[in-house]
Amino acid sequence: MNKVRMATVWLDGCSGCHMSFLDIDERLLALADKIDLVYSPLVDYKEFPPDVDLTLVEGAVSSEEDLEKIQRVRQRTNLLIALGDCAVNGNVPSMRNAVGAQAVLERAYLEEGLLDRAIPQRGVPPLLPTVLPVHVVVPVDLFVPGCPPPADAIYYVLTQLLEGKEPDLSSMTRFGK
Amino acid sequence: MTVVTLKIDDRDVSGRDDETILEIARENGIVIPTLCYLEGLSIAGACRLCLVEVKGTSKLLPACATRVSEGMEIHTNSERLTQYRRTIIEMLFAEGNHICSVCVSNGHCQLQDAAVALGVDHIGVPYLHPHRHVDASHELFGIDHNRCILCARCVRVCDEVEGAHTWDVGVRGIEARVVTDFSTPWGDSDTCTSCGKCVQVCPTGALFAKGKSAGEMTKQSEFVEYLVAMRGRRS
Repeated sequence: MNKVRMATVWLDGCSGCHMSFLDIDERLLALADKIDLVYSPLVDYKEFPPDVDLTLVEGAVSSEEDLEKIQRVRQRTNLLIALGDCAVNGNVPSMRNAVGAQAVLERAYLEEGLLDRAIPQRGVPPLLPTVLPVHVVVPVDLFVPGCPPPADAIYYVLTQLLEGKEPDLSSMTRFGK
Repeated sequence: MTVVTLKIDDRDVSGRDDETILEIARENGIVIPTLCYLEGLSIAGACRLCLVEVKGTSKLLPACATRVSEGMEIHTNSERLTQYRRTIIEMLFAEGNHICSVCVSNGHCQLQDAAVALGVDHIGVPYLHPHRHVDASHELFGIDHNRCILCARCVRVCDEVEGAHTWDVGVRGIEARVVTDFSTPWGDSDTCTSCGKCVQVCPTGALFAKGKSAGEMTKQSEFVEYLVAMRGRRS
């Protein structure tokens, strides 16, 4: 049997959604028989590969790196799933939108009494002016809200999709769950 | 007062002619979603979530503010209405800064509940990310304007039930916000009695008791209906 080629991506989020994914616990073993995890922060592949069947995206689009990454992911993925509130609606990362990226950088690097007061320019991706939910940047096929989405909701989504069914998440998770 | 008969969602129902579509629907167990409506307060018709289709008019009518009449045929739950209601919820989310995960009312919020009930799992309209403020000057309570949906329940309960009229809606259009006294800090208010009724009727986490962390703010608004009923009986 051909395994489903699955990937997970971590943009601007706290990795709580990935933790919740791992909280599927022993059911991961059953999933592992059906899934080939071809790219993820949990494994050590460096490049996002082509022809991925299913990608879970955690996190909002906050930096130029996020933007490039999600566009490449979208090109190479059949079914793109926004996993968790940051990916679905911006959540905590988007709280800076009301004041702007520059104000946040100045607060963190210039006002907070560091020895070397300077906004970092090299080795870190520039922030976008506005933090965006994933679907504002690229088309998203399925939304799994929650902060983080409960492990049962993630497991349900994956098993339904593996069986070729359309998941109905309305009773399992919501914004802020 | 006369009794009228009408149809709601193809069901024959009856009621008094001084009742609204919403009241008769609820008496008959027909669910019409609402946000600004609260039993015991005057009708605002502000949120438009309760819009229904009435045969004979091409306009959608707010169930909370429309009196019934003999022979009315009403539909409360068409695909078109659901689509409009979803858009209303999406616009409410996009117009403020609603970050459910860190909100005091997470899990006890009527905006959140409405999103779930209508199947809103993401916001399709553009976010405005407005720059709004928090007023924590009151000793007991705070208001986070980021979470306010301008339902004006606080304005109405303060005026109609408490009799203080501390709250009002100030400024116009997209800048509109609820204000205390003449848009002065809540803590400086001469009229506020610190009764907390506004906090209890607020459907979101916009008005909250100080000292509550994420998800800890639960509210009880049923007292309004009780108070109004008891006062009506006395007079």
